[in-house]
Amino acid sequence: MPHATRKWEIYPGRNRFCCEGRIMMAKQVGIFYVTVGLIVATSCTFFIFDCPFLAVKITPAIPAVGGLLFTFVLATLFRTSFSDPGVIPRATPDEAADIEKQIEVPNSPNSPTYRPPPRTKEVVVCGQVVKLKFCFTCKIFRPPRASHCSICDNCVDGFDHHCPWIGNCVGRRNYRYFYSFIVSLAFMCVFIFACAVTHLVLLTRDDKPFLDAIKESPASVLVAIVCFFSVWSVLGLAGFHTYLTTSNQTTNEDIKGSFTGKRGQEKVNPYSKGGVCANCLFILCGPMPPSFIDRRGFVTPEHSIAPPIDSAPTTSPTSAVPIQGSSEVRLLSNGKGHVTVSVSNAGSRKQAIGSIQEPKRPEVESGVSLQPLSTLSASSLQLLHERTMINTDLDLDSLDESASSNPCHVHLESASVTSSQTGLLHPLVPRYNGL
Amino acid sequence: MASKKKQTTPTDDFSARGAPAPPTQKVFIQRDYSEGTQVKFQTKFPSELEGKIEREKFEYTLNTLNEVYAEAEKMSCSSCCEGCFACLTAYLLYCCSDTHFEKCLKKVAKFIIEQNERVYVPRGLLIIDPVERGLRVIEICIFSDNAASTPARSN
Repeated sequence: MPHATRKWEIYPGRNRFCCEGRIMMAKQVGIFYVTVGLIVATSCTFFIFDCPFLAVKITPAIPAVGGLLFTFVLATLFRTSFSDPGVIPRATPDEAADIEKQIEVPNSPNSPTYRPPPRTKEVVVCGQVVKLKFCFTCKIFRPPRASHCSICDNCVDGFDHHCPWIGNCVGRRNYRYFYSFIVSLAFMCVFIFACAVTHLVLLTRDDKPFLDAIKESPASVLVAIVCFFSVWSVLGLAGFHTYLTTSNQTTNEDIKGSFTGKRGQEKVNPYSKGGVCANCLFILCGPMPPSFIDRRGFVTPEHSIAPPIDSAPTTSPTSAVPIQGSSEVRLLSNGKGHVTVSVSNAGSRKQAIGSIQEPKRPEVESGVSLQPLSTLSASSLQLLHERTMINTDLDLDSLDESASSNPCHVHLESASVTSSQTGLLHPLVPRYNGL
Repeated sequence: MASKKKQTTPTDDFSARGAPAPPTQKVFIQRDYSEGTQVKFQTKFPSELEGKIEREKFEYTLNTLNEVYAEAEKMSCSSCCEGCFACLTAYLLYCCSDTHFEKCLKKVAKFIIEQNERVYVPRGLLIIDPVERGLRVIEICIFSDNAASTPARSN
């Protein structure tokens, strides 16, 4: 499989990616391993030393419930840690320039002193004025409820907090996993603690001194101690997040006191859905946007920040289409315009060379006719759109199967777009300079 | 457009087709937060597009987009059940099926391609799917016919 740069490889934030970009975490994950180790070690000790005794003495439901809780906790923990918390993609250079222009407005040229432009923007959300701050790193006005995580260096939508224990930010996209994790962990803590204590109590009841019971099952004591100390923090956290969920706030907003009225001013949470149930339903089961950073997408020139105009011959219409496999396509014309468009693909999938040797209208042989300028072939246009808009990968689900199913067909189609038309389609035509 | 320049000097011709012109200007349509944080874009007609596209066509596009986004985030019974069921399966359901939101975004992508093809590209405009920009802005590229025209911004 030839290597093509995926977007996670050039991702600007401070994140760690695993499994070809499927997993996204913060850079520091040491404490995450501690969390996983603690949970797994405590649970395993419980399953090995307490469960067999309790299953026989009380009910076999205990190991079953324990196993279920354990699976749920680990599943939600990994989901929280490994998923995108809702990173807002940074502004493209063009967009940043546009925002810069807009905020430069208040400076009048004849004012004696230079006033730095205001870096906040006020918007009205559900009748309340909300200040949007400009993010100097991401070059955007942060949407309401978003905040920049200084550890991961990303703007995160619905930012709650950066949690070192799970090694990731908690934001809009993984809050529900995080909440499920915290709540299920609280249940598991209480459950294991209760079981370990029951084990010890049952041992003591058989007319044995307590010390003998400890000697008989020291693991239960260890498990009970670990659970006893962690249950308070976990329960507290679960309670706190339950309160936040019911009132549709984030930890960030709660700490900043965004919705607490100052000096008698009444301030209500404009994002609240109304009732407690509605808020819970919205946060835990509501619609969730997909990840916007498209970690596994292939890099297109839009993402590699290239100068707007560079050497002309490197861009040719055929370079739009990467040809799979190790194929080599040459379209040579020996008409009046001497054009060599060769797409070779020896090692890299996205290596395309097109050269226009003489500044004349290109003509391509092999039955590919040049079309008049005004009418673009609909399918080639759609193909280019697909490549740039939905996914940059041709073999993902495309809307026009006929175009993408056959790479060769695709290639010829796009070759039929004259180069002057590419003037119109410039941003759609990927250039693989320096990739 | 460039096709009218057939009789120009080779260098002119070269620059006209060899180096594809970048969009002369880009218009950014911002989000409308007045009704909350759900995805909605401002439907105000940007002055930069004056004379480039009919108002109704633009508004139709924007309104349709807003409708689809509203549908994506609506708390309907089915999307609620989807969420609850996913919650019960420790959110493993999300690994195997597209969410309602993702289906709606696919609809948007299809709609934008269709609109670009039918309405915008013939007029020298191009809409970029907002998903590419994290649903923050709709980016509309303007490809000017006249290379000499400067991107005059009227505020």
